[in-house]
Amino acid sequence: MSHLSERPEKPVVGVAMPHESAFLHVTGTALYTDDLVYRTRDVLHAYPVQVMKPRGRITALRTEPALAVPGVVRVLTGADVPGVNDAGMKHDEPLFPDEVMFYGHAVAWVLGETLEAARLGAEAVEVELDEQPAVITLREAIEAESFHGARPVMTTGDVDAGFADSAHVFSGEFQFSDQEHFYLETHAALAYIDEAEQVFIQSSTQHPSETQEIVAHVLGLHSHEVTVQCLRMGGGFGGKEMQPHGFAAVAALGAKLTGRPVRVRLNRTQDLTMSGKRHGFHAEWRIGFDADGRIQALDATLTADGGWSLDLSEPVTARALCHIDNTYWIPNARVAGRIAKTNKVSNTAFRGFGGPQGMLVIEDILGRCAPLLGLDPAELRERNFYRPGRGQTTPYGQLVSQPERISAVWRQVEDNGGLAERRREIAAFNAAHPNTKRALAITGIKFGISFNLTAFNQAGALVLIYKDGSVLINHGGTEMGQGLHTKMLQVAATTLGIPLHKVRLAPTRTDKVPNTSATAASSGADLNGGAVKNACEQLRARLVQVAASQLGSNASDVRIVEGVARTLGSDQELAWDDLVRTAYFQRVQLSASGYYRTEGLHWDAKTFRGSPFKYFSYGAAAAEVEVDGFTGAYRIRRVDIVHDVGDSLSPMIDIGQVEGGFVQGAGWLTLEDMRWDVSDGPNRGRLLTQAASTYKLPSFSEMPEEFNVTLMENATEEGAVYGSKAVGEPPLMLAFCVREALRQAAAAFGPSGISVDLAAPATPEAVYWAIQAARQAEAPGTGAAVNGHAANGRIPIDTRALSGV
Amino acid sequence: MVTARITVNGKEASISPVAPHTTALDFLRERGLTGTKEGCAEGECGACSVLVARPGVNKPTDWVAVNACLVPVAALDGQEVVTSEGLATPGEPGTASTLHPVQEEMAVRGGSQCGYCTPGFICSMAAEYYRPGRCAHADSEGDAEHGPNGFDLHALSGNLCRCTGYRPIRDAAYAVGDPAEDDPLARRREQAPPAPVATEYTQDGRTFLRKDTLAETLRVLSERPDAVLVAGSTDWGVEVNIRSRRADCVVALDRLSELRELSVESDHIEIGAALTLTEIERRLDGEVPLLAELFPQFASRLIRNSATLGGNLGTGSPIGDSPPVLLALEASVVLAHADGEREVPLADYFTGYRQSVRRPGELIRAVRVPLPLSRVTAFHKIAKRRFDDISSVAVAFALDIEDGIVRKARIGLGGVAATPIRARAAEEALEGRPWSAETTEAAAALLQAEGTPMSDHRASAGYRSAMLGQSLLKLYAQTTEAVSS
Ligand SMILES: Cc1cc2nc3c(=O)[nH]c(=O)nc-3n(C[C@H](O)[C@H](O)[C@H](O)COP(=O)(O)OP(=O)(O)OC[C@H]3O[C@@H](n4cnc5c(N)ncnc54)[C@H](O)[C@@H]3O)c2cc1C
Ligand code: FES
Ligand code: FES
Repeated sequence: MSHLSERPEKPVVGVAMPHESAFLHVTGTALYTDDLVYRTRDVLHAYPVQVMKPRGRITALRTEPALAVPGVVRVLTGADVPGVNDAGMKHDEPLFPDEVMFYGHAVAWVLGETLEAARLGAEAVEVELDEQPAVITLREAIEAESFHGARPVMTTGDVDAGFADSAHVFSGEFQFSDQEHFYLETHAALAYIDEAEQVFIQSSTQHPSETQEIVAHVLGLHSHEVTVQCLRMGGGFGGKEMQPHGFAAVAALGAKLTGRPVRVRLNRTQDLTMSGKRHGFHAEWRIGFDADGRIQALDATLTADGGWSLDLSEPVTARALCHIDNTYWIPNARVAGRIAKTNKVSNTAFRGFGGPQGMLVIEDILGRCAPLLGLDPAELRERNFYRPGRGQTTPYGQLVSQPERISAVWRQVEDNGGLAERRREIAAFNAAHPNTKRALAITGIKFGISFNLTAFNQAGALVLIYKDGSVLINHGGTEMGQGLHTKMLQVAATTLGIPLHKVRLAPTRTDKVPNTSATAASSGADLNGGAVKNACEQLRARLVQVAASQLGSNASDVRIVEGVARTLGSDQELAWDDLVRTAYFQRVQLSASGYYRTEGLHWDAKTFRGSPFKYFSYGAAAAEVEVDGFTGAYRIRRVDIVHDVGDSLSPMIDIGQVEGGFVQGAGWLTLEDMRWDVSDGPNRGRLLTQAASTYKLPSFSEMPEEFNVTLMENATEEGAVYGSKAVGEPPLMLAFCVREALRQAAAAFGPSGISVDLAAPATPEAVYWAIQAARQAEAPGTGAAVNGHAANGRIPIDTRALSGV
Repeated sequence: MVTARITVNGKEASISPVAPHTTALDFLRERGLTGTKEGCAEGECGACSVLVARPGVNKPTDWVAVNACLVPVAALDGQEVVTSEGLATPGEPGTASTLHPVQEEMAVRGGSQCGYCTPGFICSMAAEYYRPGRCAHADSEGDAEHGPNGFDLHALSGNLCRCTGYRPIRDAAYAVGDPAEDDPLARRREQAPPAPVATEYTQDGRTFLRKDTLAETLRVLSERPDAVLVAGSTDWGVEVNIRSRRADCVVALDRLSELRELSVESDHIEIGAALTLTEIERRLDGEVPLLAELFPQFASRLIRNSATLGGNLGTGSPIGDSPPVLLALEASVVLAHADGEREVPLADYFTGYRQSVRRPGELIRAVRVPLPLSRVTAFHKIAKRRFDDISSVAVAFALDIEDGIVRKARIGLGGVAATPIRARAAEEALEGRPWSAETTEAAAALLQAEGTPMSDHRASAGYRSAMLGQSLLKLYAQTTEAVSS
């Protein structure tokens, strides 16, 4: 066992406990960024001037009418920016643009004494535009060759030879939807200026260091003049990794110019129309199988809808490519990625970060091809798993570690869920019910953990022990509900050997831990946990020395367990508080900064090869659905999941992540239906689903009626803190089984053995059209023998209406 | 100016100087009660849920959860509100407060992750916790939508959580027991509810007005034809928040006793236009099966706790869910004016997109449903999400089938035209014919051709049309399956 993964006696990690803020959550006393406004005097409210055209040069921007509105204090425009007018890391995101790049682009911000005054002021600002033609859909972008950023190609083996050796070759196209984060707390920032003209910003951000960096360059300041604090977020999901910076910069600029605190808080429609989403993708593919259904070759082009600026589209696309294999060994592959430049919001990180998109492509391919190969979809999937003991590598050249876990979790789901028996029950049910069909599908996941970019895989922490024995930890990670802080408290208590109540956690601030990475890529606990553990180890080593001298033994014989220092072979004890006080009087340093970097990673973005991931997370899930043949409406009757989180740091938190991720994934794949105005009308480019009333998230009715989540046991991960694995993103992708079950249920309305094309999201309407297509389908004569392009045959659905292309 | 006062967590406060359109949510937050959150400002997410003491259905007072983002604070004049902060019992200085049982279950079962939705869930859950008659028999196992403790999951249908996936929240809901004897909110239910008070709250030339009687209200309407009526404010609140509409004069109807009566006569049932849908649902208790089928599909419990039939008909939305049902029931509306009352069949009420025969100064006092009711009824709402979604199309059926022959057919449709409509051609194709696959298929083809459905973000025109026909085929399948089993 590695030093990093080894757990001491009576560890606090591994104990199931609720979220550290649960008490504050349920009593409404937990504070979020915008709650601070009501505890702050003289706050000005900022309101954006959004231009409702998809593209055009600004020829006039008149702010005087706004200043005439009572209560309006100032209008912020590009002319006010003392530093660099840019809100991104790619320098393609002007904070105050000269050119409107998407419908709803904010070109100025109005500051008012009240929100109402600022709103009326924003309405009064006059903007004139020289309108330009806009590219809205992915298809338009592909046709116009409107791309930006890198165009990576991932190759392995010999694709042409692979196809030549294939008994069956299919090809197809697939376009699927973007997804709104819909964190319940919208973007918010509150900025103040202190007496030394330094800027302090409360921001709902997953990446305080980058928020700080961008605020500094917008204001023309150095980083040490800007402090960013994030108390907690009301959800982030990736949507607050890059997107908060500009809003924080607007608040900071306003505060700088007026000397008063300035609040930016987007209402839901502003948030929906101004901030980026999960990238929708288009995929074109060709796949070859041998006679037994083993994948021989894959040739695919993935096009991500990047929106107007690059933001994180390049790493998202890279991750999509790196996950197109999912759990399947693809010996020969050529997969190209490109980023469409469209006149829409700039798409960004979202739980899974391209991984789900890449994996969806292969799962869709297998779901469509299985009937054509004459195989049960579960069988087809299993046949293609990475196998242990063969040294198989991913298409980008990384050895697949722990491949045995792919089938281990799968088999456990089969057993726990009693799938064999239920498949028989379902067949009987379907035979007896012409208008209602059920189906059961199982899918698995493999997800690479670490930032693709090696430099981001580092973290810092600052741990303070006070004379009274209480401990305060600071680390660079942010809390957005994922339970990171709970885990960090558990890690600190475990490393120091003290009870949990002795440890408290301070809000994340850039003046405590500098140069932090985003709390993203599921890596929050791995990285910050490593850093907290490191700081605590330094402190423990010092305290053990003190204890040894007090107890008259060797330091190597001293253990601190549950707040008491003891030495081997003696019943002498020293309580933690006494130990700390003694250390203080002996002038032993009681604070330490910890540091961690993930070892053994390398990645060459140019050749698209390397080992970018520390390890892989695995999981499998089975969903049973029931579909109404009259309407396409459905219910998720039961879901069984087995997921690999290594040895869990905090089981209740991890199960919560698995369940929440699953339902969010099911939302993306079945319900959440982002629609844009793609017409040539006056509102071209407008987001049609720009409110909670039109963009529907999963509610109680989408929760599986029976929902069983099991964490894989004895799953120690040597390469991560206390043997755990990351959990934030991977479970989202467990939801593929829901869509595959819907596909199979729709197929059950038709003759057996047909391939069903299903839109994503698979809304009731999409399922209804799939059912209609299945009902009209001819029974396949020799489906498995078709060596052609059967899967490319478009089912007669109005895909324009369905996917907004 | 008569100033309006409201009791929050046991403390009384004046609402001035806020503007009359200020929502209860903004008012609470400005007073530092920031536990109540804004997630959408349009009644969809429930993050703003608070408890209000209202006239009870089975006890003098009910604790009802409502969306604070929709209700103007002035509408709560004289009322009692409890927020998530007010549910915990404060400890002695220096000690932690004691969690409310609902808070306790949510906290220990992992019901919160980011916690932003949590205070709203707490309030919605507390309302159900205090619902008289919730508690089921000790041996009850519950069903897909009820816990063994009688907890109705629909109580949470108006609350969204983006983090948890809901399972721990359901577990918490199903774990709460009965309120203790000395639970102050449980005891509050035994006392009379806060009495309606007349309100005249004016700021910056804008007024929120509540009169004591219908007569006075009608007089105001005659004098101020520009006045906006509000009942539950579930539509008006959205107008204010999302479309930034402001009115110089808002007149509240929701507490007028003349609009809050429900009576069952020999030949009709009269339902007051300002009763909330929850009140109607609980008081009718299944008496009108078609309405009983409608309510659980209408918005969420949070919205139904405020929404009224008067408001649903008053907006005249072509996708409102009650009109198709009321059309199938052959209901009429009773319109009141300072000059007198008249009764108009609902089928004649709508005249165009969001337009009706209602004259200036007139309001809907009640809805009348004639008796006897048709025996075979069904309401099919087609939407993306099962709980709390707006209809793409809605179809209501009321059929009299005797000896296998359809004697009478009434079909109401929503979402297919500028107004809710009756499907007359399909009705005719059914009437006098045997209730058979052949008849229903022929009628379904006609039904499918009704109206001029549009394609929008909710559904394509093709799907909308198809669903009209499918709904009849489904009803036929359901009736025949029910007979055969
Ligand atoms: C989240 C959400 C979900 C919803 N879901 C649904 C749904 O599933 N189905 C559905 O049909 N609707 C739905 N609605 C719309 C709304 O809830 C209903 O239309 C409701 O019945 C309105 O009643 P109210 O009392 O709240 O109306 P208010 O907002 O108080 O009033 C609305 C309008 O009606 C007029 N009005 C009110 N009472 C009268 C009266 N007595 N006489 C004359 N005019 C009057 C007012 O002038 C006002 O313009 C939803 C709304 C929200 C916010
Ligand atoms: S804020 Fe979403 S329902 Fe009120
Ligand atoms: S806990 Fe985050 S929205 Fe519910």
